[in-house]
Amino acid sequence: MKGALLASATALTVAMSSAYAADIKPAVVYDQAGKFDKSFNEGVYNGITQYTEDTGIKIRESEPKNEAQVEQNLRRLAKRGYSPIVAVGFTMTSAVQKVAQDFPDVHFTIIDSVVELDNVQSIVFKEHQGSFLVGALAAMASETDTVGFIGGMDIPLIRKFGCGYEQGVKYVTPNATVIQNMTGSTGAAFNDPTKGSELAKSQFSQGADVVFAAAGGTGIGVYQAAKDEGKLAIGVDSNQNHVQPGTMLTSMVKRVDAAAYKVFEEAQNDTWQPGIEVLGLADGGVDWALDEHNQALISDEMKASMADIKAKIISGEISVHDYMSDSSCQY
Amino acid sequence: MFETLILILDATLRVSTPLILAALAGLFSERSGIVDIGLEGKLLGGAFAAAAAAAVFGSAWIGLLFAIAASVSLALIHGFACITHRGDHIVSGVAINTIVAGLTVTLGLDWFSQGGQTPALTGAARFTPITLPFADQVAEVPVLGLIYSELLSGHNILVYVAFLMVPLTYWVVFKTRFGLRLRAVGENPHAVDTAGISVAWVRYRAVILCGVLCGIAGAYLSTAHNAGFLKDMSAGKGYMALAALIFGKWRPVPVLLACLLFGFLDAVAVRLQGVSLPVIGEVPVQAIEVLPYVLTVLLLAGFIGKAVGPKAIGKPYVKERA
Repeated sequence: MKGALLASATALTVAMSSAYAADIKPAVVYDQAGKFDKSFNEGVYNGITQYTEDTGIKIRESEPKNEAQVEQNLRRLAKRGYSPIVAVGFTMTSAVQKVAQDFPDVHFTIIDSVVELDNVQSIVFKEHQGSFLVGALAAMASETDTVGFIGGMDIPLIRKFGCGYEQGVKYVTPNATVIQNMTGSTGAAFNDPTKGSELAKSQFSQGADVVFAAAGGTGIGVYQAAKDEGKLAIGVDSNQNHVQPGTMLTSMVKRVDAAAYKVFEEAQNDTWQPGIEVLGLADGGVDWALDEHNQALISDEMKASMADIKAKIISGEISVHDYMSDSSCQY
Repeated sequence: MFETLILILDATLRVSTPLILAALAGLFSERSGIVDIGLEGKLLGGAFAAAAAAAVFGSAWIGLLFAIAASVSLALIHGFACITHRGDHIVSGVAINTIVAGLTVTLGLDWFSQGGQTPALTGAARFTPITLPFADQVAEVPVLGLIYSELLSGHNILVYVAFLMVPLTYWVVFKTRFGLRLRAVGENPHAVDTAGISVAWVRYRAVILCGVLCGIAGAYLSTAHNAGFLKDMSAGKGYMALAALIFGKWRPVPVLLACLLFGFLDAVAVRLQGVSLPVIGEVPVQAIEVLPYVLTVLLLAGFIGKAVGPKAIGKPYVKERA
């Protein structure tokens, strides 16, 4: 922590000498899971920390406690002249829509959702492709041919993860069973590790031996349960392999950190553009994680077939169905 | 089918443990006439203290002590406001809930720099499952073996403590002199005062007992059921416990049953998700989630009858002045 502070302090002095760096006043608003959810929000946090370290530009952060505060915070930041303002998460869609209309000169970027306005940039990911990959890996690692999926809040975006995952599993083992559970139907479902651990235990008792959690902070309970029972778990959004080294098979990485970094870089270089940006496997927006914490679990054979599947998705040979395109998982 | 039922019941025990402890805590407090809506806050405070101390000292037992200390301090604040200063019980309880929700995250952020979470706990810093004697040997015996090895064995010590607390609470409240005074203070404090017993002292003791039990419940949340503290991890369990307390008419055994019912519905909800039932088909998540609440309303309205609390509950005791 101290090191990072020191580094950013030195970076700040360096940046002060260059005049243009002070031209942008960037801000970011996290969603209710909070910036240290070890997952989605933390990815953004890592991206902006890196950016501050590299450029010395400080980024104003805000953590709304409830849905009502989201709009207030966005509005206050816009009023104070912050731009671009990055809104993290689909829960802010309507708030961004409203505030962006009231402040046409302020640039907004929303991650994980689409707002079609002239001053809003929307960044979405092809989560179904990344989920397909980790699903394939889950099927390769599973001995019982039964794997599980635990989603956070029951919304189309999370179903999209589940659907891609199921396709990946079935691609490798066509007759495999995929048990799918959702934690709940409110935002709190992304922050309920106790429920996550119960869901995971329930899936393990039904024969699952690999569980993929796309559930924010709830996932922490899932990974713990996997560790306690000696099963495997798959992380989401950030690389979560370090959370429980040894029982994390992999993580479905969404490069939100890179996306956030890029937003500020573009703003700084004056190349920021409104519109929709879709990041997939081909442009490194999503991927599976391999590092020192899970390499013991991944054989060379698995690595080779993962590379093969990845290449096939990028080339279009495997087309992964997107749940959100027709709100169903028929493929 | 039978095995599934056992596993659901097994989950029921895990989920109801914090409810049972918190509801019994509320029972002591409310029987003495102190309304305790601050169960939630004490639970959360205890959970945080347990996880923080366990992370620093590497021992779940030290964590438990800190949880009890934190929870008792909160209970004493509540007592000080309500007993000594005759404040409004609800206001004081809500204040405790609000303070704890913010304070735990703030302290966690300052101490561990992990966004209000405590570090993940491993090894001795957690209460681990205890295998009862012969559990593995009898596992093969049909029915009874499964019940013993899956359902009764393999929980952590706090689960057993929670269930032992039920007869203990019954004994204390209904069979001891202290229990008699406790109930009397909640029903008719003037009579107790006339008998030469300090109303305030009895109530303070009740509030302290409440704090101890809430502390254990909190420690269970963060160092036994989970492995670390997360903000707002009590997730309304304190309020559920309060509901169970009213549901169980302030009596230990019915309170236990109410907690088990809530836990059972929760466990069933987890199990039923995504399962196709005959005739109905796949049940949507929302329908299952609402089940505990619907059933509570139905049971309260139709079967349980009127729940009458201690007479002097929520009323500050003022000695008559000559």
